[in-house]
Amino acid sequence: MATVPNAATPGDVPANSSTLSRRWGGADDIAHVITLIAAAVLLLITVLLVYQLWVLSAESRAKFGWSFFVTQTWDPVAGDFGALPFIYGTLVTSAIALFIAVPLGVGAAIFLAELAPPKLSSSLTFVSDLLAAVPSVIYGLLGVFLLVPIMRTTIQPALKKTLGFLPFFQGPAYGIGFLTAGIVLAIMIVPFVLSVSREVLLAIPRDQREAALALGATKWESTWKVVVPAARIGIFGSVFLALARALGETMAVTMVIGNNPKIAASFFSPGYSIASVLANEFSEATGNLYLSALIELGLVLFLLTFILNGLARLLILLTTSRGSGVLPT
Amino acid sequence: MSARLVWRKSLNVFMLSLTGLCALLTVSALFFILGYLLWNGGKDLSWSFFTHLPAPVGEEGGGMANAIVGSLKLLFLAALIGVPIGLLGGVYLAEFGGKTMPFLVRYTADLMNGVPSIVMGIFAYALVVMPMHHFSTLAGGIALGIMVIPTVLRNTESFLRDVPRAMREGAFALGANKWRMVATVVLPAASRGILTGVLLALARVAGETAPLLFTAFGNRYWSPGWNQPTSSLPVVIYTYATGPYEDWHRQAWAAGLVLLGLVLVTNILVRAFLTRGSAYERA
Repeated sequence: MATVPNAATPGDVPANSSTLSRRWGGADDIAHVITLIAAAVLLLITVLLVYQLWVLSAESRAKFGWSFFVTQTWDPVAGDFGALPFIYGTLVTSAIALFIAVPLGVGAAIFLAELAPPKLSSSLTFVSDLLAAVPSVIYGLLGVFLLVPIMRTTIQPALKKTLGFLPFFQGPAYGIGFLTAGIVLAIMIVPFVLSVSREVLLAIPRDQREAALALGATKWESTWKVVVPAARIGIFGSVFLALARALGETMAVTMVIGNNPKIAASFFSPGYSIASVLANEFSEATGNLYLSALIELGLVLFLLTFILNGLARLLILLTTSRGSGVLPT
Repeated sequence: MSARLVWRKSLNVFMLSLTGLCALLTVSALFFILGYLLWNGGKDLSWSFFTHLPAPVGEEGGGMANAIVGSLKLLFLAALIGVPIGLLGGVYLAEFGGKTMPFLVRYTADLMNGVPSIVMGIFAYALVVMPMHHFSTLAGGIALGIMVIPTVLRNTESFLRDVPRAMREGAFALGANKWRMVATVVLPAASRGILTGVLLALARVAGETAPLLFTAFGNRYWSPGWNQPTSSLPVVIYTYATGPYEDWHRQAWAAGLVLLGLVLVTNILVRAFLTRGSAYERA
C-alpha cells in the first residue's frame, strides 16, 4: 500500500539517501495501515450492527410482514405482535416535543446570535451545552417526581378547561402520558435546536444584516425577513437533528409515558414508545418470536434516526459548509 | 412618528425581548435542575452511600458502593475499547486519509453518534449476551465502548487538523518521516484537545442507562471480575425511581445528584482546561 503524499508536504524530500528513505517509507506504510484498520473498524461495526438487527428480526419479519406496522395488538402471550401503538407513541411525543422546542430553541438562538454581546452569548451557549450533557435518567427522575404531579393537579385540568373542546385535551388527568413525555423531551432537545441554529445564524454574512438595516429595517425585521430566511435550510437541519434525538430518547420517556400499548387521541392518556417498550420488555422477552419482534422495533428506530441524521447533516452542511463539526455531543 | 413606525418599533422591541425570554428560559432549566437535585438529593447523601451495599429490599439505609464501582468498571472497559480505535481512526482521517474512505468514515461516525443508545444495547446484547447466555460487565462495557468511538474519532481528527502547518513542516525539515512527525510532533501538540475529547465522551456514556439495561443488567451485590451482571449508577437511579419504596426514591435522588455532579464537573473542568491558554483555542 502506497502512502498518499500530501501534495504540499515535503514528505519524501530527503531523497539523497534512497535506501534510508525507502526504509522509513515502510514505517509510514505500517502507520498508515494501522490507522486505516482502526477507521475501518468503525465501518465494520456499523455494518455488523445493521446485519445483526436484520438477521435477528427475520422471524418477526417473515411472520408479520408489512402488517407489523399497521397492527395494533401487542400480545406476547398469544404471540401476536404489531408495532402501531409504539410508532404512534413515538411520533406523537416527538411532535409535541418539536412543537415546544423549536420556537423556544430558535428564539433563543436568535437572541444569542443576533443580540447578545459575544461574551454573554458564548457563556449562555456553554450552559446550553451543559444542559445537553445532563443524563437522560436525570430528566426522567425530575419528570416522575416533579412534573407528573404538577401535570396531574394543575396543567392537565387547566388545559381541559381551556382547550377541552379539542380531542387532544380530553379524558382523565393521570399526570403520566403522551403530553408529559412530550414536555420532558422538549426540554431535552432544546439545546440541540439552539446550538445548531445559533451556528447556522452566525454563518450568515454580516453584509446581509447591514444591507437590511441600511434600507431602514428594524433589527427584528432584518433578523426575521433576511437572516432567518437565509438560514432556514440549516435551521431545518437542526430540527431534524432534534427530531432524531427525540425519536430515540429512551429513559426519560419510559419513566413518564405510562407504558400502555394503546392508541388514543388524547394527549393525557398513557401510551408507549418504541424505545420504551425495548427498555421495558427486552430483558424479559421469552421466546424467539417475541425477541425478534422487539429487535424489529429496534431496526425501525435505527433506520428512522439514521435517515433523519443523514438528512440533517446534509442540510447543515449546505448552510455552514462546516458540517458536523459544530454539533454538540 | 407615523402609526406604522410606532407599530414597527414596538414589534421590534417586543419580538427581541421574546427571544431574550426564550434564551433565559432555556438556560434557567439547567440551574433549576441542579438546584432541585441539590435540594432533594443533598440531604440523603451520606458517607454510607458511598461505602455500603444496598440494604435488603424493604429495609431502610444502605448505599450504592457496588453501583459506583460498577460504573467505574464499565467506564474503564468503554475507554479501553473506544479510545484506541477512536484515536487511531482520528489520526487516519487527519493525517493519512485519501478521499473516499475518510468521507465514508466521517459520515458514518456522525451517523453512529446519532443512533439511539438503546439500539446500541440491542447490538451488544446480540454480540455478547446471546453467545455467552448471560448478562455481564463485559457486555455493558462493549456497548458503551462502541458509543465512545465516533466521538473520540471526530474530536481527535478536528484537534489534529488544528495543529499549525509550520510545526509539521519543521518536523519534516529536521528529517522526520510522516509517522514520526505525527507521533512526536502533531499528537503531543494536540494532546490536550484529544484528552478533553476523550473525557467528554466518557462523561457522556457515564450517564447512559438504556444500553446497560440488558447488557450489564443490575446486581444488588458486588460483581467480581468482568463476567457477571453488574450494578451501575444510572440503572440504579432508574430502578429506584420507578420502584415502590419511599427509601428507594430518596436514594435515587442522592444517586442522581452524584451522577449529575460528576457529569457536569467533568464538562466544566474539561472546557476550562481546554480554553485556558491553549495555543489552538476552540470555542
